[in-house]
Amino acid sequence: MMAVTVAAIVLQRNLFSVVVLAGVYSFLMATVLVALDAVDVAMTEASVGAGISTVLLLGALYLCGGEEAKPLSRPWVPLAVTLVIVGALVYGTLGLSAFSDPQAPIHTHVVPRYLGQALAETGVPNVVTAVLASYRGYDTLGETVVVFTAGIGVIALLRRLRRKGGSK
Amino acid sequence: MKREPVLRVVGKLLIPYMLVFALYVQFHGDYGPGGGFQAGVITAAAVIFYALIFGLPAARRLVPEALVETLVAAGAFLYIAVGFVGLALGGNYLDYFVLDPDPVAGQHRGIFWVEIGVLVTVSGVMLKVFYMFAGRGRGS
Repeated sequence: MMAVTVAAIVLQRNLFSVVVLAGVYSFLMATVLVALDAVDVAMTEASVGAGISTVLLLGALYLCGGEEAKPLSRPWVPLAVTLVIVGALVYGTLGLSAFSDPQAPIHTHVVPRYLGQALAETGVPNVVTAVLASYRGYDTLGETVVVFTAGIGVIALLRRLRRKGGSK
Repeated sequence: MKREPVLRVVGKLLIPYMLVFALYVQFHGDYGPGGGFQAGVITAAAVIFYALIFGLPAARRLVPEALVETLVAAGAFLYIAVGFVGLALGGNYLDYFVLDPDPVAGQHRGIFWVEIGVLVTVSGVMLKVFYMFAGRGRGS
């Protein structure tokens, strides 16, 4: 189903339907994540992927028109680069341990401590929140700063454009 | 879309519940799925929804740009400040155990404030990006 959506996105020339299909793809991804018991991630995917980015893309669409321009040349080089990268990534997955293997390094290193001690140490029943905000507080601080930086980056870029447009 | 009565009524009915749901996601994040990031996005989505129905100027009156920009910085500042409070009270940076005589309650308190910082920054950035995009005229 997700493959069908992706194929439709690639083949579709009308950008409005591409945006809507990207939202559909995000919701499908969210259901996959729910099936994997990653409810927190699924929630983020549904709200950011299907909600906010759809709205932002529609806003961009309003500014630039709804039809995809015909490519000027046949994009063989980008296609080749993409295929090489996909091949490298797929080759990389061969080195991963089998799905839900209890002996995988990720399950034997710090996870037992998190799962076993998080409630006693932090008093927070949702282990995801405990890991996110407490054990991995530095990482979340970094994420927050990244979001902050992205925000001020957008402000810096777009505000300058607007002022230039206003002075002309 | 300003003249659509159905949209206006449904929007007015739904937006308060969206905001309440965002608060639920925020403060129930300790017990169920959710947390600052998701709650921030839902908060921003509620205001964006309002802007789509009632127009951008109305949303700008409701949540002024200056406030949004302050939120963007205030959230990150709050997170960093929590880290320094832990430092000042004798722990390591971002150590929550020292925030309260009871270490578990201290953890709770630290997570609470940190999540609020995430909420504020995320909702501020999302709203700001939307304002920036929506505020540009066509072809400018």
